[in-house]
Amino acid sequence: MKNRRLLLEHVEVPGIEGIEVYVKNGGYAALQKAVKKMSPEEVVEEVKKSGLRGRGGAGFPTGMKWSFLAKPEGVPRYLVCNADESEPGTFKDRYLMEKLPHLLIEGMILSSFALGANQSYIYIRGEFMYVLNILEKAIAEAYAKGYLGKNILGSGYDLDLVVTPGGGAYICGEETALLESLEGKRGNPRIKPPFPAVKGLWGCPTVVNNVESIAAVVPIVRDGGDAYAAIGIGRSTGTKLISACGNLARPGVYEIDLGISVEEFIYGDDYCRGIANGKQLKACVPGGSSVPILPHFLVTKTATGEDRLMTYESLAEGGFASGSMLGSGGFIIFDEDQCIVRNTWNFARFYAHESCGQCSPCREGTGWMEKVLSRIEHGQGHMHDIDLLADINKKIEGNTICPLGDAAAWPVAAAIHHFREEFEWHIKHPSEAQTRNYGLIQQPVVA
Amino acid sequence: MVKVTIDGIEVEVEPGTSILNAARKIGGDAVPPAMCYYSKLPGTGGKCRTCLVEVAAGSTADPRPMPKLVASCSTPVQDGMVVNNKTSERVHNNRGGVVEFLLANHPLDCPICDQAGECHLQDLGYEHGSAKTRYEEERRTFDPIDIGNKIKLHMNRCILCYRCVFVANQLTENRVHGVMHRGEHAEISTFIEQAVENDFSGNMIDVCPVGALTDRTFRFKSRVWFLKPMDAERSCSKCCGKAVVWMFGNDIYRVTARKDKFGEVEDIDGKTAWLCNDCRFEHKSANDWNIAGPRLINRHSVISQGKYATSIEKPVKRIG
Repeated sequence: MKNRRLLLEHVEVPGIEGIEVYVKNGGYAALQKAVKKMSPEEVVEEVKKSGLRGRGGAGFPTGMKWSFLAKPEGVPRYLVCNADESEPGTFKDRYLMEKLPHLLIEGMILSSFALGANQSYIYIRGEFMYVLNILEKAIAEAYAKGYLGKNILGSGYDLDLVVTPGGGAYICGEETALLESLEGKRGNPRIKPPFPAVKGLWGCPTVVNNVESIAAVVPIVRDGGDAYAAIGIGRSTGTKLISACGNLARPGVYEIDLGISVEEFIYGDDYCRGIANGKQLKACVPGGSSVPILPHFLVTKTATGEDRLMTYESLAEGGFASGSMLGSGGFIIFDEDQCIVRNTWNFARFYAHESCGQCSPCREGTGWMEKVLSRIEHGQGHMHDIDLLADINKKIEGNTICPLGDAAAWPVAAAIHHFREEFEWHIKHPSEAQTRNYGLIQQPVVA
Repeated sequence: MVKVTIDGIEVEVEPGTSILNAARKIGGDAVPPAMCYYSKLPGTGGKCRTCLVEVAAGSTADPRPMPKLVASCSTPVQDGMVVNNKTSERVHNNRGGVVEFLLANHPLDCPICDQAGECHLQDLGYEHGSAKTRYEEERRTFDPIDIGNKIKLHMNRCILCYRCVFVANQLTENRVHGVMHRGEHAEISTFIEQAVENDFSGNMIDVCPVGALTDRTFRFKSRVWFLKPMDAERSCSKCCGKAVVWMFGNDIYRVTARKDKFGEVEDIDGKTAWLCNDCRFEHKSANDWNIAGPRLINRHSVISQGKYATSIEKPVKRIG
């Protein structure tokens, strides 16, 4: 199928979560190939060749991240899988782990092998307890088959894999907060430098990768990095899981080839099949709640009139003025009935709740923004609040310890930038704003 | 040794020194304010963001500027680094923003706060804050609690610098307090109403930059600027016994550690002169101490500096 190519190829096979069916469908072939025919360096080389970029949101090249890992003698190295997926709108990792636990485990073994880690962790969000049970069952099966433990497949390579649940904090998806939490401490992000590649878990060199990035290592090793790089456009190679939600006719998790057009993704028969109930598109958040929102006239076309594609570069085209980001692939669609002010408040409330409270701009700033937005939404806003919000944003952005501050500031900044008239309407018509929504904003003429 | 230029002044420091400590070596206006960093408590810093500076050139090898402002307390210097602190408009703006955030939920109760006159946030607000607040929302409030019979915790005033947590971790036998909850609701608290009771807990009061942790034996007894600080000493088996006693006439009102010009507890004979609770709370008679003489203190604070009336040309004066 067109929207199930590499990772989700066998997702609908009954019993694929069990090891027998998984192996029958070509599972653990990449592992056999790697430990028997390849050296760890060759695996890293394939990942570099593939051009795989971190699927957690930042899009940093995975191969490069791996090559930064310090390798001092006599010090253990760790691989940690970040399965603390909690960004509003993103649910691709949960789907992958729930349906294909062995794909993640195979990816973990391959990646640990490449990095020379003998102990690896999957840090899973506390709310995903049922997924944890699925993974633990799968890990037990992998141990029984000799894919994990001592002397994997007779190669002499040992690996232990442990799943650890978090306490249910969004901030623990930040890699250094994740490591703190994994060490049993309060999940506060660490002050960087030093970076985890030098001083991570228990003070040892550590790589933290997203679930999808690690799963993508399986097809990369199986088919070669070049085959993976052949999919996609430019520096956006391979396939990407997109969790589409909101007012779509067919929301869900799709595996797309990077480079298809946004228009095809929203309206295509293979994908989301358009906006639900025949409504019109109003806005789109293409990469999870922390990326800038796009008004309808910038979703399928860029500001210069070119087709917008599902790639890291094309979605970012135009910077913060008219672009957004691919982020983690949490694709949220708003139809004409949705209220941008209410949605922005909802996002702000999330970040205010999830801020760790360690550094002052984020702790006080996110709470302040939430309160101002709540006032506007509930008919108590003033005109000067809009500029105040914009100013608070500027004072948070870039001044915090970790990217949560930026993630909290961007959606508010972009909503004000693109939907200022809707905010003004809310403030001018407080009682009307309680009973009806503003509707579509005027589409400017695109030259 | 590496060379670094801060606000146009060159200084040579050991490799690995933070920008803030390099600036402290220069002194004067080049020093960024620090609310959470405490050089005597390893691991502190990076949290308050008041010490943000602009790095105009990363190093001689890589002279590109750093895109974001960096926390000077936790960023090590590189050879050839060029840093702008006082001279940068961007730093000034963003520091003003941080001060605004710190004051957003901070009560403006300086007239009844024991810290007034020696409060770092008061100084910071004076230098970087605006006269009027833009914060119209309801402020976050907590009830003041007693943590032990000697220390009062006024959480409303806390800026979550984490210094007192580091004191408990590094100076006392076990830590029974810490930060609870998240984000705006984060608070310093003890483990289920446990009292903080150990010989060195009083140092939490000394490191607190604001009036969140105050001395219950001194609360509401006097404003600090009415008292004369005197260097004093007694022989103590637990600590160095070198302190400052704050006197009015022949009465000792309170005892604190000796602090340097950055408001940090001084090193005496190569060791940080932390005080034990016995010296701090139990010896309030002039007979208990050998009083050496008036303490030379840096009158850095808003009120003691007399900024309202006199010039600030001579910040260091002998009091008493």
